[in-house]
Amino acid sequence: MRYMMLLSGTNPATPPPPELFEAIMKLGGEATQAGVMLDTAGLLPSAAGARVSLSEGKVTVTDGPFTESKELISYALYEVRSKEEAIEWASRFLKIHRDHWAGWTGSTDILQVMDPAGAPPAG
Amino acid sequence: MTEPGYEATRSAIEAVWRIESPRLIAGLARITGDVGAAEELAQDALVIALEQWPVQGVPDGPGAWLMATAKHRAIDLVRRRASYERKLQEIGRDEQSRSEHFGEPDVDAMDDHIGDDLLRLIFISCHPVLSPEARAALTLRLLCGLTTAEIGRAFLIPETTVAQRIVRAKRTLAERRVPFEIPARAELPDRLASVIGVIYLMFNEGYAATAGPAWMRPSLCAEAMRLGRVLAGLMAGEGEAHGLVALMELQASRVGARTGPAGEPILLADQDRRRWDRLLIRHGLQALARAREAAGPPGPFEVQAEIAACHAQAHSVEATDWERVAALYVVLGHLSPSPVVELNRAVAVGMAYGPARGLEIADTLTGHPALAAYAHLPAVRGDLLAKLGRTEEAREEFGRAAALTGNERERAVFRARAAGRPPES
Repeated sequence: MRYMMLLSGTNPATPPPPELFEAIMKLGGEATQAGVMLDTAGLLPSAAGARVSLSEGKVTVTDGPFTESKELISYALYEVRSKEEAIEWASRFLKIHRDHWAGWTGSTDILQVMDPAGAPPAG
Repeated sequence: MTEPGYEATRSAIEAVWRIESPRLIAGLARITGDVGAAEELAQDALVIALEQWPVQGVPDGPGAWLMATAKHRAIDLVRRRASYERKLQEIGRDEQSRSEHFGEPDVDAMDDHIGDDLLRLIFISCHPVLSPEARAALTLRLLCGLTTAEIGRAFLIPETTVAQRIVRAKRTLAERRVPFEIPARAELPDRLASVIGVIYLMFNEGYAATAGPAWMRPSLCAEAMRLGRVLAGLMAGEGEAHGLVALMELQASRVGARTGPAGEPILLADQDRRRWDRLLIRHGLQALARAREAAGPPGPFEVQAEIAACHAQAHSVEATDWERVAALYVVLGHLSPSPVVELNRAVAVGMAYGPARGLEIADTLTGHPALAAYAHLPAVRGDLLAKLGRTEEAREEFGRAAALTGNERERAVFRARAAGRPPES
């Protein structure tokens, strides 16, 4: 089963400590070594992006930042055997933030990617 | 604790187990020198977790908790064994003392060497002293954390058979005193070929079930691909490890397009290529690039991946570089000669240079004993004959193919063509 993980959060005033990056690299290495991580990348603040929306038949473009929501920070694509396994990896990722960057709050949304073989998702 | 909460904890434990068990067993095998004992110790830790966590809650670092718990039991076991063997020696009865386990176990080294230990575990699970079936079962058990019931379902064999296979495999490894180590340089090519063979067998078993109603069993494919990525990560300098990953990912990229709405198989030529998995194609091509960069001449998996890449990069059958495919089959035929490779070359030559040329090659294979019961020989001949307008002969060939295949879905396709209907109907 493939899962898209979207990490969003609010950064504290302090800059991210180097230990956080080290821990992220280590965990990413573990996930890669376990053969479960297919893809991952960090995202720049929404100030560098734009939003294209459709409403009442009209397509409008708004430049970032998107102030109304938490910033999306990164995405990762995992290939695992159960939702619980995806939850475990996501929990480890958040615990790293807790342990290395005081004051950081955020969440990971775990979304199952539609099976290319068209099999029904596991309940 | 309420039942749903208990169930949720159980699922969480199972997930942690799936993630941690290979590393756990690998580290424990280093301490005990015995894969069977290592697995039992890891299982013991799992049992303790299943008892404690639903009551006390899941610990903050569940992987580390399992590792610590299992380590303590491993140290106990090694000490008990050492003292037992010392006593045997004192009374002069021990002829074959396992003196290598006398010292204190090097527990702290466990975390530093986890990559090496995993690799050792892969090599010992795929050891040539074991039968190919035993290698696959043991690998799924030790490196994928599958239960015997799950392995039985994957291979369509009874759970008891799987359990026996695994018990016997562990006993063989212990009796033959197969060391828990990475093979020496001289034997590495053969041993690596065995590992790659086991993983690819697993993949194929999942990709194209040879018997029974299911066209494919995707979970086996996923396990094999995951293991392949693990292997390629641990042996980054080995071209064939990357070739294996590339081949599996490129083949798996077509899974979504390989079956129609009723589960009927759709052959490569008729697939809707927009349904191919772009991510897996990208991954497969990256792995192929790594295989090309590796030292040494290309091996059979890299060449097969090159062929798969020709298909993956073509937007249609017509746009496929069939001349390159045909040439690659010549190379593959030199590396691993087989009548099946030759049959595939016949298909490629038929596409590149016309069905008559393809049929010439296919016709040389009709008397081959290894292909006497191979459904794809008459199917390929049938297709080439149909393209040449020799309709009656073509239908006869498809009738033969339908009688030979063990795959029910495939039989339906061949029967349809034998009856002169297009494969879709």
